[in-house]
Amino acid sequence: MGRLNSARIGVVTFPGTLDDRDAARAVRLAGGEPVALWHADADLRGVDAVVLPGGFSYGDYLRAGAISRFAPAMSSVVDAARGGMPVLGICNGFQVLTEAHLLPGSMIKNDHLHFVCREQTLVVANANTAWTNEFATGQRITIPLKNQDGQFVADDATLDRLEGEGRVAFRYDGWNPNGSRRDIAGITNEKGNVVGLMPHPEHAVEPGFGPAGADGPHAGTDGLAFFRSVLASLVGA
Amino acid sequence: MTAPASQAARPVLDTVENAEATPEEAQPYGELGLKQDEYQRIRDILGRRPTAAELAMYSVMWSEHCSYKSSKAHLRKFGERVTEEMKRNLLVGIGENAGVVDIGDGWAVTFKVESHNHPSFVEPYQGAATGVGGIVRDIISMGARPTAVMDQLRFGAVDHPDTARVVHGVVSGVGGYGNSLGLPNVGGELVFDSSYQGNPLVNALCLGVLRHEDIHLASASGQGNKVVLFGARTGGDGIGGASILASETFEDGVPAKRPSVQVGDPFMEKVLIECCLELFGADVVEGIQDLGAAGISCATSELASNGDGGMHVDLDDVLLRDPTLNAGEILMSESQERMMAVVRPDKLDQFLAITGRWDVETAVIGEVNGSGRLTIDHHGQRIVDVDPKTVAHEGPVYDRPYARPEWQDGLNANGNIAAGLARPGSGDELRETALRLLGSPNLASKSWVTNQYDRFVQGNTALAQPDDGGVVRVDETTGLGVALATDANGRYGKLDPRTGAALALAEAYRNVATVGAEPLAVTDCLNFGSPEHPDSMWQLVEAIEGLADACQALSVPVTGGNVSLYNGTGEPGQIDSAIHPTPVVGVLGVLDDVRTALPSGWRTEGLSVMLLGTTRDELDGSAWADVVHGHLGGLPPQVDLDAERSLAALLVAARKDELEVAAHDLSEGGLAQAVLEASLRFGVGARIALEGVTGRDKVDPFVALFSESTARVLVAVTQDHEGDLIHLADEYGVPALRLGVTGGDTVEIEGHFEIPLDEARETHEGTLPGIFG
Amino acid sequence: MGRVVVEVMPKPEILDPQGKAVVGALPRLGFTQFTGVRQGKRFELEVDGEVTPEILEQARKAAEEVLSNPVIEDVVAVIDASEGAAAAPAQSAGLA
Repeated sequence: MGRLNSARIGVVTFPGTLDDRDAARAVRLAGGEPVALWHADADLRGVDAVVLPGGFSYGDYLRAGAISRFAPAMSSVVDAARGGMPVLGICNGFQVLTEAHLLPGSMIKNDHLHFVCREQTLVVANANTAWTNEFATGQRITIPLKNQDGQFVADDATLDRLEGEGRVAFRYDGWNPNGSRRDIAGITNEKGNVVGLMPHPEHAVEPGFGPAGADGPHAGTDGLAFFRSVLASLVGA
Repeated sequence: MTAPASQAARPVLDTVENAEATPEEAQPYGELGLKQDEYQRIRDILGRRPTAAELAMYSVMWSEHCSYKSSKAHLRKFGERVTEEMKRNLLVGIGENAGVVDIGDGWAVTFKVESHNHPSFVEPYQGAATGVGGIVRDIISMGARPTAVMDQLRFGAVDHPDTARVVHGVVSGVGGYGNSLGLPNVGGELVFDSSYQGNPLVNALCLGVLRHEDIHLASASGQGNKVVLFGARTGGDGIGGASILASETFEDGVPAKRPSVQVGDPFMEKVLIECCLELFGADVVEGIQDLGAAGISCATSELASNGDGGMHVDLDDVLLRDPTLNAGEILMSESQERMMAVVRPDKLDQFLAITGRWDVETAVIGEVNGSGRLTIDHHGQRIVDVDPKTVAHEGPVYDRPYARPEWQDGLNANGNIAAGLARPGSGDELRETALRLLGSPNLASKSWVTNQYDRFVQGNTALAQPDDGGVVRVDETTGLGVALATDANGRYGKLDPRTGAALALAEAYRNVATVGAEPLAVTDCLNFGSPEHPDSMWQLVEAIEGLADACQALSVPVTGGNVSLYNGTGEPGQIDSAIHPTPVVGVLGVLDDVRTALPSGWRTEGLSVMLLGTTRDELDGSAWADVVHGHLGGLPPQVDLDAERSLAALLVAARKDELEVAAHDLSEGGLAQAVLEASLRFGVGARIALEGVTGRDKVDPFVALFSESTARVLVAVTQDHEGDLIHLADEYGVPALRLGVTGGDTVEIEGHFEIPLDEARETHEGTLPGIFG
Repeated sequence: MGRVVVEVMPKPEILDPQGKAVVGALPRLGFTQFTGVRQGKRFELEVDGEVTPEILEQARKAAEEVLSNPVIEDVVAVIDASEGAAAAPAQSAGLA
C-alpha cells in the first residue's frame, strides 16, 4: 500500500540532545523517512510518529527532561500522543516523557552513582506496542545502555498497576545496571503507542557499529526492530 | 590619574596616554610571572611602559604555557625533519589550532592531544572536564565536527591516600563533560606510578572530521570585517593570581576574589559545537579562534597577527558575567565555552540569526582594520596599542641550559641482571608471575574507567578499548575511517628519554597498524619537569630529538600538540625531582573500510595463533621488574624502526587480504599478557607452545613470556590462511611463527602452566573496582 | 531525633551552569521576574538526641571538609533544624 515507504518519523532535537542523528539513521535503515524536528517549533511537519532521542537536554541541570517538557514541540507531541501517534522516548527522551506525564514514574541517579556504558541484555515483556510488535514476548535482545540518571522509580501502587496492565515493555536481564524498581528498563502507556526506555535501540542498527551479536563483536542489530515495528504499526493503522 | 568628577564611580584607567606620562610607575610584572628582562623587552617594543592591560596581555601570552618559550627552539626540529613525502597528506601542519590530514575522497580529519595537568590536581573534576572542553574547541575552530575523544591519564601510586581523590574526580570529569557532548570515548591510557604523585597527567585527545573545503583558520583578514565574541559570558575564571592588577585600576569597591579554577558547562559547549557547525555550513565565518588559555588576549592577538591588517576591540562590548572585572582581567579571563569569529558585515545578520536560534549570546566587540596594530578601548579610552605579532608570536625564546643528569649513568648501570632480580623458573612461578602482572593496576582491565564513558554515541565506533586502537567511521557510504592510538611509557623515558620517545611513537604506530590501519600522522603531548632544571630540560631535548628522528624514519609527520612543563615538585637535581619524562604520542591511521578493523582477541576455536617479530632478553624497565621487584634501572628495549615499518606494512597488507581475524600488539607484560588479554577479549582460550620462540630467538621460557621487545604482534588466522600469512611475512621480512591454537576455557602454556579463563578474568577485572569502588 | 541542615552554594565568582540553564528557561515559561538563579545543595544531617553546640560544630566541620568543595563552593548555612529548635539562619555567620 506504499504507506511503509512514505512513513515519516520525526526526531526532535533539543539543546543538548546527543543521539538525534543516530535516531535519524536508525529510522532510515529501518526503511522510514527521518524528519528533523526542532524543540522551539510547534510544527510537527506532518510526521506519522516521533522519536525523542537521548542526550542531556538543557544539561539535565534542573532534572533530566524537566526543562524540555515545556518546549513548543513537546506541546504538539503530547497532543499527538494523546491522539494515538506513536512516540518513542529513548533515555533522555524517556525522562522527558515522564516529566511530560505521558508515562508514569521518574528516573533518578543510578544506585552506584556512576555513569554506566555497557551492552545490556533486555527481556521484551510486551510485544504488542507500536514500537515492539516485531519482537516476541519473552525474547532476549542486546542493545547499548549509557546513562547517569537511569534508575526508574515509581510508588508501589504505580508499579503494581504497570505490571498488572502489562505495561512493562522491557526488563533488565541478568544484571540490573542502575537499581531500577522491579528491573524495569522501559514502559508503555495504556494504548501502547507511547514507549519509553533507558537503553538505546538506535545504537544497535548497523553491523559493525553496534553491540556484540552472533556474527561478530559489533554485529548486533536488535535495535532495528523498534523502528520496523513502528513502520509496521503505521501500515496496520 | 584622576577620575572626572561627574563619574566618581568610574574606574580610573591606565591608558596609553597615562603610561606615556608616567614612565616610572612601578608595575607588578614579577607577580604576573614576567622576568625583569622580559619586562624590559616589552618596554623596548612599546617604546614606553605597558599599560596595566598590556602588561596583562603580554604576561599571559609570554607565559610558558602560551609561548612555549623553553621548548620552541627544540620543537622546530619537528618541522625541520619533515620531508616532502611526509607532507603529502597534510592539509594544515604545525602552528594552527590543530593539524589537518587528508584521508581521501575529499575527507579530512584533524586531531590533537593537549594537557590539563595542574588544574586537574587542584580540582580534579573541573580540571579534567575543562581539559576535554578545551581540546574540543580547538577541533571545532578548524571547521571540523568533533567525532571522538581519548584520554591519557597518569596518577600517583594506587595505594597513596590522595590518589583516589584525583582518580574519582578526573574520571568523572572526563566522563561528565565528554558524555554530555555526545563524543564517543574510544580509548586512552591509564597509568599509576608514584612519580606522578602530586603531578597527575591529564591529557585529552580530540578527533574531528571535515570536508577539505570546510577548513577554517584563525586569521582576521578583510578590513571592515567584524570581530564577534560568542558563547558563554566572560567571568573571573582562571585569573586567580592576576588579581594583583585589580587594585591598580579601581578606585572604589573591592573586586571579588578571583578563582584560579575554571568551571565547565558541557551543555553550553554542546550547543556551541552545533551552532559553530551551522555557522560554517552557512559560510558566514571568515576566521575563527577558540578562547582557551589567555582568553581574549590570545584570541585577538593571534587572529590579528595571522591576518593582513590590524584590529580594534571595544572591551565595553564584551558580555560579562561579573561586572566588576577590570580590563586586564577581561583580557586574561579563561572563562570556558567561548569562541571568537571574524565575520563580513554583510553576513553579520545571518550570523546573529544562527547564534540566536541556538540561544548563544553574541556580541560584536571589534573590527578588522588596516592599522597593523591591535588597539583596545575601555570606557572610551585607549588601553592597548600594540603590534599583535609581538604579543602572539614574538615572545621570548630561551635556550635553557641542559645536561645529562648526574644520576643517569648509575640508573642505566643498574639493570635487572646487574641488580640480581630473581627470575621465575618453574611452571608454578611463571604462572604466578603471569597472574600478578595481569592483575597489577597498570595491566589490569581498564573497564572500570571506560565503562563510565559513552563509546556508542554517533554510531560510528568500530573499535574502542580494550582493542589496540580506537576506530571511527568517517564516510557512511564507503566505510572509510580512521584509527587512533596513543602511547607513552614513562619508565622507558626515565631510563633513556630519547629512546623512550621513539618507543612511544613505535608503539602507537604499531597499535594503529595492528587494527589494520595505515599510519599517517602524529600528535604529541610532551609532559616533563621544570625547564629551569638542566636535568629535566635534558630529558625534554632528548625526547624531542628522539621523536623527531623516529617520525622521519617512519615517515609520519607531527601535525600539532602541546608541551606541559613544570610537572615536578621535588628538589632539583635529584633522581625523583620530577615526573618520569612522559612524551604522549598519538598516531592516526586510515582504513578504507572500518568494518574490517581487527579486534584484539579471538572469538572462535581452532584458529592458529602466530607471533610476528623477534624476542630478545629485554626486561629492564619492564612491567615484570616494576610489579614483582619494584625496580627501575638499566636500558629500555631497543627501538628498531625499520622492523616497525615492515611489520606495519605487513599488518596493513594482511588486513586488506583479510588473512587475520584478530591482532594484538605485545608491549608491557610481553607475550604472557598479550595471550591472556586476547583470550579474555571474547572468552576463548588458547594452547601455546614456547619452543618455536625459545629455539629460534635463543631465549628461555621466562624471557619468551615476559620480555618487552618491540616490533612484535600476536595474530590469529584461520588454519587455511596460516601459510599465506607466513608467505606474506616473509615477503615483508618479518619473522613469523606459529605459537599454537585457540580454544577451550583456559590459557595453557604447554609444559609450563595453565590458567582457567575464569580465574584470569577475576584477576584482570577485579583490580580497579577493588581499589576504587 | 535532631537534625542539622547544611546548605552549600557555588562561590559567587564561579560559573554555575545549573543556575544559568534554569534562569534561561524561566522567561520562556512566563516567569520574567527572575534575573538570576543559582543552584546549590541542601544536606540534612540526622543525629540521635539533641543538636548540641558540639554537634553543630562537628556539622560545620563536616560541611567544610566533606560536604563542600572549598575550591568552588561555600558553606552558606549550618542550622539546627530539629523540631522545636528556633530557626536561626544567622548561625551561618562566619562560614562564608
